Amino acid sequence: MAALLGRSFRKMSFPSLSHGARRVSTETGKPLNLYSAINQALHIALDTDPRSYVFGEDVGFGGVFRCTTGLAERFGKNRVFNTPLCEQGIVGFGIGLAAMGNRAVVEIQFADYIYPAFDQIVNEAAKFRYRSGNQFNCGGLTIRAPYGAVGHGGHYHSQSPEAFFCHVPGIKVVIPRSPREAKGLLLSCIRDPNPVVFFEPKWLYRQAVEEVPEHDYMIPLSEAEVIREGNDITLVGWGAQLTIMEQACLDAEKEGISCELIDLKTLLPWDKETVEASVKKTGRLLISHEAPVTGGFGAEISATILERCFLKLEAPVSRVCGLDTPFPLVFEPFYMPTKNKILDAIKSTVNY
Amino acid sequence: MALHLRSSPSLKSTFLNILRQNLGFGSRSHVTRHIRQNLPHDPPLRGSQNPIRRFCNTMAEPETLSSFGQHEDARNHQVMDFPGGKVAFTPEIRFISESDSERVPCYRVLDDNGQLITNSQFVQVSEEVAVKIYSDMVTLQIMDNIFYEAQRQGRLSFYATAIGEEAINIASAAALTPQDVIFPQYREPGVLLWRGFTLQEFANQCFGNKSDYGKGRQMPVHYGSNKLNYFTVSATIATQLPNAVGAAYSLKMDRKDACAVTYFGDGGTSEGDFHAALNFAAVMEAPVIFICRNNGWAISTPTSDQFRSDGVVVKGRAYGIRSIRVDGNDALAMYSAVHTARGMAISEQRPILIEALTYRVGHHSTSDDSTRYRSADEIEWWNKARNPLSRFRTWIESNGWWSDEAESDLRSRIKKEMLEALRVAEKTEKPNLKNMFSDVYDVPPSNLMEQELLVRQTIDSHPQDYPTDVPL
Repeated sequence: MAALLGRSFRKMSFPSLSHGARRVSTETGKPLNLYSAINQALHIALDTDPRSYVFGEDVGFGGVFRCTTGLAERFGKNRVFNTPLCEQGIVGFGIGLAAMGNRAVVEIQFADYIYPAFDQIVNEAAKFRYRSGNQFNCGGLTIRAPYGAVGHGGHYHSQSPEAFFCHVPGIKVVIPRSPREAKGLLLSCIRDPNPVVFFEPKWLYRQAVEEVPEHDYMIPLSEAEVIREGNDITLVGWGAQLTIMEQACLDAEKEGISCELIDLKTLLPWDKETVEASVKKTGRLLISHEAPVTGGFGAEISATILERCFLKLEAPVSRVCGLDTPFPLVFEPFYMPTKNKILDAIKSTVNY
Repeated sequence: MALHLRSSPSLKSTFLNILRQNLGFGSRSHVTRHIRQNLPHDPPLRGSQNPIRRFCNTMAEPETLSSFGQHEDARNHQVMDFPGGKVAFTPEIRFISESDSERVPCYRVLDDNGQLITNSQFVQVSEEVAVKIYSDMVTLQIMDNIFYEAQRQGRLSFYATAIGEEAINIASAAALTPQDVIFPQYREPGVLLWRGFTLQEFANQCFGNKSDYGKGRQMPVHYGSNKLNYFTVSATIATQLPNAVGAAYSLKMDRKDACAVTYFGDGGTSEGDFHAALNFAAVMEAPVIFICRNNGWAISTPTSDQFRSDGVVVKGRAYGIRSIRVDGNDALAMYSAVHTARGMAISEQRPILIEALTYRVGHHSTSDDSTRYRSADEIEWWNKARNPLSRFRTWIESNGWWSDEAESDLRSRIKKEMLEALRVAEKTEKPNLKNMFSDVYDVPPSNLMEQELLVRQTIDSHPQDYPTDVPL
């Protein structure tokens, strides 16, 4: 399945993804795709901390998406290794390793398969520090998992389960939008003193290419970023969906609508202030994510912004999200929060 | 000693590597190790303290690899090279039996009357250690009884006793060193007691007062101590097992002279985490001891509704884990088994499974009345005929290490200390409200700071809604 996904990602253009990223920093670097940027971050993490470990299913040979390529050869099979095919074991083992003062970077092969580890994440990792009165913690734990649609992944290679984890005090949830972001955010997650779930947009593993600084750098968690400035409406998203949202912003611009686009980056704990400031400026909010709309994280953002910006809002908050079906195969194009769905919602919100 | 398939690291087989990688037969590491049969009485490997041998080559002997597929061994049996070692062919349709004709025997040293069984193998304990084992078992029992009564009187919100399982608690702890890290369930407070957790510290946790290391956040009996290498209890069943394996791997990588030890009940073996942990431990060659307290009951569910195997001990073998069944009410047997297991776990860097047969004499917890599902006679029989304390007391008395006078001195002293600890804990104030919001993360994020503010404002508006004993 993994090989199939790798060969035939759907083709999309990225008109301004790298443009947006360049605004983060003026630093230049070599053009890298997202999986290579992840790989570079893992090399740096292992190199800079001898107490760090990387493991998961098929990680030893480089991983089904090649994110762990070359790690076992360079750092040895005691620090980079295959595990049995058992997600609760992988995360449970990682918690124990982290609790002994190590950095455990574990890979769940697809986010669709993270659920067997849900108990370990929710009841062990998230409560480890709190329940012990800060006597113990497993802050060195980072769980990496590829998420999201790729055009042909069906029920079990397409899911975006981030909302489940955003309901769990004690963990952080982070999703990068591009190679440069992925490297800097992943290094921050690995070094953060709290357990983190890091969802990687697998659609972008090979498709997104941008200049990534070669050195060791970190991008702060819980800080959203305005990646496109505008005055008429605020759009909030994360991960791969930002590419689609940016295309909608460009099309809206042609129709004279000025969109502000925010990359939330960290969903838990999230940066309310940046979104609030933007909505107070534009008076309108649209949230877009691939996960089903009902109970999605968009609902949380919507409720929070209503509380904070009620009198500034000139239209109802709009959500353009996945539908409330299991992720469908043949019907994926209908399910997805596409550019034109977003564009329509932008127009109807602005013209409300 | 049937099969010794381990070979030197230099004897690599290109064929097997290709087969594994291309056909996906197992991982590259150490496939044949699990075929290696180890008799229970194999001496620990000498001169190899903390060997890290996960990734050494253990492929089959080179001569068996010279040809593809099947060939004949010296006895003209057809055999096949397969990841893991040679597999013999057989013309018979013969299924492996679901169980052996006899159940796995249970190791014990003292009989029901506390008499040493002739020719029994055991690790000698000094008078000092033996007396401490006994004293701590008595202390644990008194603590349990007093806390239980305090709960019945409404002074504590909840309690769970370890009554009937004192020998597993204390004797296993005695066989470990303080550096061994413990991942407990909730019925092993005796391990903490052995390591020096005071009655006052137990009482502070049970009352959730400001001296509780858990800051009043968890129900009673959810103890934890960083100082004593005892990871904080969570009520979830068997989740601590994979954690223990990860911790053991850390000890292995640090080449520590220590192992991880995790405790769980018979019910816990039905959880996925049990199976995940055993498999990971075997594959990762982690120095971890799994101690199952098979006390017959998971709340009201008897083991006959829990599994159809010969208990728990047989489950180790399927994962390639050396295992033993022990009389959990025989402190000397528990001590000897855990002591031996620890030696093997550390010197050979391998997991060990111990199934301790015992009986939960107490109710599951104070929320349970076990006479609704089991007879009082059954409970009484275990408490009298199989009592772990009286059995061990007989033995130490026969050695001249204990007396009626020592017994009554100990009991009155512990009872007094316990009542005092209870009194102090009960009147110690609760943790400050700020502790509700700290430690969710290393630093409270803005949402928690806002929520704390909001709660404080609400308290100002509606003070009657809130407990008065929590300092603000």
